[in-house]
Amino acid sequence: MNTGQWTELGVFVVLFLAVTVLGFIASRWLAGTTLDHLDEWGLGGRKFGSWVTWFLVGGDLYTAYTFVAVPALIFGAGATGFFALPYTVILYPLAFLPLLRLWSVSRMRGYVTPADFVRGRYGSPTLALLIAITGIVATMPYIALQLAGLEAVLRTIGLNGTGLLGHLPLFVAFLILAVYTYQSGLRAPALIAFVKDSLIYLVILVAVIYLPVRFGGWGHIFDTSAAALAKPGPTGSAKGSILLTQNNQLQYATLALGSALALFLYPHSVTGILASRGRNVIKKNMVALPAYSLLLGLLALLGYVALAAGTKPIVNQATGRGDSNTIIPALFGTQFPAWFAGIAFAAIGIGALVPAAIMSIAAANLWTRNIYKEYLRRAATPAQEARQAKLASLVVKFGAVLFIVAIDPQYSIDLQLIGGVVILQTLPAVVIPLYTRWLHRWGLIAGWVVGMAWGIYLLYLIPNPATNHAHFGGSALALGKLSLFGWHPFGSSQMQVYVGILALVANLVVTVVVSALARRSKVFNGTDDTDPGDYHVDESTPNLRPVAAVP
Amino acid sequence: MPSAPPRVARRSDRAPRLRWNWWNLLLLVPLLMLVTPWFNHDQPRLAGLPFFYWYQFLYVPIGVICVAIVYLKTRTEPARTGEPDRLPVSDLDVATEGEDRDEGSQP
Repeated sequence: MNTGQWTELGVFVVLFLAVTVLGFIASRWLAGTTLDHLDEWGLGGRKFGSWVTWFLVGGDLYTAYTFVAVPALIFGAGATGFFALPYTVILYPLAFLPLLRLWSVSRMRGYVTPADFVRGRYGSPTLALLIAITGIVATMPYIALQLAGLEAVLRTIGLNGTGLLGHLPLFVAFLILAVYTYQSGLRAPALIAFVKDSLIYLVILVAVIYLPVRFGGWGHIFDTSAAALAKPGPTGSAKGSILLTQNNQLQYATLALGSALALFLYPHSVTGILASRGRNVIKKNMVALPAYSLLLGLLALLGYVALAAGTKPIVNQATGRGDSNTIIPALFGTQFPAWFAGIAFAAIGIGALVPAAIMSIAAANLWTRNIYKEYLRRAATPAQEARQAKLASLVVKFGAVLFIVAIDPQYSIDLQLIGGVVILQTLPAVVIPLYTRWLHRWGLIAGWVVGMAWGIYLLYLIPNPATNHAHFGGSALALGKLSLFGWHPFGSSQMQVYVGILALVANLVVTVVVSALARRSKVFNGTDDTDPGDYHVDESTPNLRPVAAVP
Repeated sequence: MPSAPPRVARRSDRAPRLRWNWWNLLLLVPLLMLVTPWFNHDQPRLAGLPFFYWYQFLYVPIGVICVAIVYLKTRTEPARTGEPDRLPVSDLDVATEGEDRDEGSQP
């Protein structure tokens, strides 16, 4: 390590310790009567106002990994990586109405997870179990990716050891996170999010103003990048381009749409929304959250700055390969004075902790409500639920660390890709029943099975020559590879499309057909616990269910 | 699973199941940014940024405005019913659980 890195490490450690203190005192922040209830531990008392929610959900959705990976995508392939902007712009208008109904019915019925809602709406533990398992499976690699983002920063600072020792700093950071999440629940990430997001805004605004000037303005940066991307990549063809090509335009649009539809199906996004106080808080946030999208778009462009600056990714000593995720940390490390680079690294590092904490809480809630209480211990009291969830959050985090240590980070990126396709398959069961119970529970189960199987099969067909993977090499499928029982509807077209959308369409078709059949043959469709009025409940509604109610 | 809800007034049984507002259609406007052929061009550039990029940045405020208008136009709706409160208070206290359920809930 050199002196600059010592300074960076010093700033990083100071800020990291500061948020650790916040994490512990968070348990007393806006405290309710007890922490031994999932409403309190898992949802922060369901009373976060507009500001807290803005920081919490912003810190939750725009993860460290996003901030590291999106510019890395642009650095590697150009325009296709910019899908993150349309994705996070169309997200809010699409989610606006369904989220309000989900919040209301959850507030009224005490639901903590999306699977709780499905359980209540259809009286089907099986369907709820499928939704819960899907949520947990999709969340695990997502948590692992936060660790990958944190580790990218630690390695850039110089904590780039080999073998198990190389992972030690990550262990320490995560152990601290695990302990205060255990103690404070959702209040910890909510409080830390204030620091994280303020730092991120500061760093990115400075970066997008200072760096382009330094490298001759955007015009020059784009021209240099276009030339750099035109050079042949590992496959022999051009690495990318600053515009879309004929073949990847459909992929760009479908990936943005699919990702937007998927994001609020992730359990951790739902957790952030359900923790808010009322419908107006959510509405205001749907208006204000795109501020983060703007930030993400600007940050994405830094991928081009890195190309123009000739930044080299740092070689991960644990795997021996260049880690493209270090491109933004490396750019900051080489272009900023050490103290500011330290702040930037802390922003990204703390940025990993907030979503990792919320994700582990969300996964723990799913485990507790939809598996433990449903199948293992039906008579569990709210206090036992809270205890179980705390323990589950530890297990989840430990599992994510094992993920990173035992498996090449590249695989966690692949798994995250699969996770997006997988979580999208819960859309028919979670979103449509917010409006109607026309869909039959057996239809939803059948659609889930088909969408899941076909989606994973299609992902299996996609190779990635750049990383030498024969399967699961990406989420863009050439339409020519699409085959419906041997029939190729698109001939040998090279045009690409996002697998998640294809699987979702198959899922919806099967759901509707099986639902129609089941309704015709009058198969029992479960009992509905909810009432039409539940979907319009607000904080001002009289006789609202008390938070942390003990039945 | 979720415990039995407290018995509260269910005036909503008389409320429409879905509340529709024509302003909601504005929420579809940002989807226009998925039509890539409209903006997949380098020129004209703005401050050095190719058209492809600044055009999409333009949709950030467009999206915000659309959602904000829908928020403002739906803000005045009463919390639970689609109609202003015209029911006599005594009606509000009558629990009508189990009746008038969603049509799909019958076995």
